[in-house]
Amino acid sequence: MTVRRRDFLRISGAAALSGGLPRLARSADTPSVYDLERFGNARILHMTDTHAQLQPVYFREPSVNLGLGEMRGRPPHLVGKAFLDRFGIRPDSADAYAFTFLDFEKSAARFGRLGGFAHLKTLIDRFRNDAGPGRTLLLDGGDLWQGTGQANAMQGADMVEAANLLGIEAMTGHWEFTYGEAALRKNLERFKGEFLAQNVFLTEEAAFNDARAFDPATGRVFKPSIIREIGGYRVAVIGQAFPYVPIAHPKRFTPDWTFGVRDDELQKLVDALRIHDKVDAVLLLSHNGMDVDLKLASRVSGIDVILGGHTHDAVPQPVAVRNAGGVTLVTNAGSNGKFLGVLDLELAKGKVADVRYRLFPVFSELLKPDPGMQALIDRIGEPYAATYAEKIATADRLLYRRGNFDGTMDRLICDALRRELDAEIALSPGFRWGTTVLQDQPVTMNDVLAETAITYPETYVQRMTGSQIKEILEDVCDNLFNADPYYQQGGDMVRAGGMAYICSPAEAAGRRISGLTLDNGRAIEAGKSYKVAGWASVNAQKGTPVWDVLANYLRAGKIGDPRKSGVTLKGVDDNPGLAEQG
Amino acid sequence: MISTDNGFSAARRLILKGTATVALIGLGGVPFGAIPALAAANDKWPEDAFKQKGEADAIKALYGKTAEPSDKVRLDAPEIAENGAVVPVSVATTLDDVTSISFLVADNPNALAASYQIPPGTLPSVANRLKMAKTSNVTAIVEAGGKLYSATKEVKVTVGGCGG
Repeated sequence: MTVRRRDFLRISGAAALSGGLPRLARSADTPSVYDLERFGNARILHMTDTHAQLQPVYFREPSVNLGLGEMRGRPPHLVGKAFLDRFGIRPDSADAYAFTFLDFEKSAARFGRLGGFAHLKTLIDRFRNDAGPGRTLLLDGGDLWQGTGQANAMQGADMVEAANLLGIEAMTGHWEFTYGEAALRKNLERFKGEFLAQNVFLTEEAAFNDARAFDPATGRVFKPSIIREIGGYRVAVIGQAFPYVPIAHPKRFTPDWTFGVRDDELQKLVDALRIHDKVDAVLLLSHNGMDVDLKLASRVSGIDVILGGHTHDAVPQPVAVRNAGGVTLVTNAGSNGKFLGVLDLELAKGKVADVRYRLFPVFSELLKPDPGMQALIDRIGEPYAATYAEKIATADRLLYRRGNFDGTMDRLICDALRRELDAEIALSPGFRWGTTVLQDQPVTMNDVLAETAITYPETYVQRMTGSQIKEILEDVCDNLFNADPYYQQGGDMVRAGGMAYICSPAEAAGRRISGLTLDNGRAIEAGKSYKVAGWASVNAQKGTPVWDVLANYLRAGKIGDPRKSGVTLKGVDDNPGLAEQG
Repeated sequence: MISTDNGFSAARRLILKGTATVALIGLGGVPFGAIPALAAANDKWPEDAFKQKGEADAIKALYGKTAEPSDKVRLDAPEIAENGAVVPVSVATTLDDVTSISFLVADNPNALAASYQIPPGTLPSVANRLKMAKTSNVTAIVEAGGKLYSATKEVKVTVGGCGG
């Protein structure tokens, strides 16, 4: 621990981020890393995409996060050294470990796990106390209720309890919707904060049938915004749910609701808050994803800051975007509880006079876990603890998911699908959640579920022609690399096992994927049919849940040889969003 | 009169649609008397236009002229369709003297999807649902003062899944 403390105290990167202001440790219990000079008259705390990770986790940031066209080389599409250079973070520092994949295994041993709600609680309370009573607001950007076996089993009810104890005052949603309306509403009855979504409306049929809505006149299903008085000023918070819920997930979970970016409606809402409600600041709590937020910020005026999530981009500094009304700052606060955003506002009459933003890594070893939250986590987890602690295998290599095209954990899942379901090819979704397991560490059922726990985990085996397989790859690739962010859905490329292909991300839709071959080197033929296994289909399936398929495969000890990625990239060689294949 | 590409009684659909619109959006000002008037003005089915494969040919067959893009034509359509079989699109315009509004889906087997004749005094605002097999540009044509104006937006139809 002494060694680690020394490592942490050498975090010059953090100082660079805050503008180099000298800070002193206040006490041994509150390390200087989290000392923050007083600024402004309102403090907004932002967390997002924790994916229900109540305990501290390892999470390797991506080594491939490509930006193309206008987005090339611009945040968030920077990885590794390009990221450190852009944000002035010292290599080898704790911040370098938190924000990038560089030296991940070596640094994981030095700096430990990040996040954890008991640690988050300690940090949040500290930032609240520093700002003083009535001066803060805690916001959650969604993907709070999904990502662990426990959250899935409890349909997110565990996370509502944790959110209440944490004191989350408003949130929006994405995976929350995949529990379906009944479970969602049941959770919201117990949630002490507000669930905000300006962009969720009743379908015409549902409205015609008088389905439940917050505002039957507009068809808005949820409250779009709240106004909070902070230090004598009025701050509006608008919620923006993930715009593509019925497309990215089975429509059966949200049959009555229609989503979308809806920036026209958003503009009307912002104008109404400004003109009629005379608010002094407007914040957008968004689950759009960073590229969508950047475009939205250029089109909608009157928003001071967009507090963003979904794409799991940990971006240390806001991006300023010009629009017709002035400038909007766009942030994105990472994932898995690794980070806490602190937005300090100097509010004035009708405007934000000045602003400071910091994105703090939540180093669990530097923060004393809050006893109340720890007790809550232990109590809720007790019925599941024994089952989830079961050791299933030992990691023979670093197992991670995040990356545009591939991750070692997904290779394992694809291998499991192919072997257990006897298929030539496996397809596995490119989710951006899913924690990391270090080499030689045990892989537990908890870890297996942290990669797979969704409400539609059923596997499938079906025959597909070569051209159908190519069409799927093209389709998902366009969701990732369409030049217009409004046509992107977030998430990463579908993972393909048992086959290889060439991807040219900068090409137009339908022309990015080529050279499809099976692992044995034979070309995949357009008209020929192949046996394909997969999971997380938007169509209802009946196969064994993927977590059992993965666990069975691991238990049998059949882990295959580490393979190189089956994806060859073309036309992106010097892209600052590409460090190594992964 | 209204004509669609599948031979359904489109007038009836418009009436139902109109009722829903009044109920949902509160467009109380739409005179119901206009509907019998619409039904009465039953022009002949523009068979040739609906048979054309391409967008330009369909516009030419229907109107005999070409359209110019206009920011006065407001086309509302989703960026990504939640269901390609029923894609909600609507068009409204601030142009005067509107006589017809048409919808085209460039990459559908037959581009022309629907064409509405707008009698004098009617609010030039139409909502429609389009069936789309794949990603395509959707174009709204407004005929006003004898000229054609258009707005186009790409609507993506995706197999879905795999979101973040």
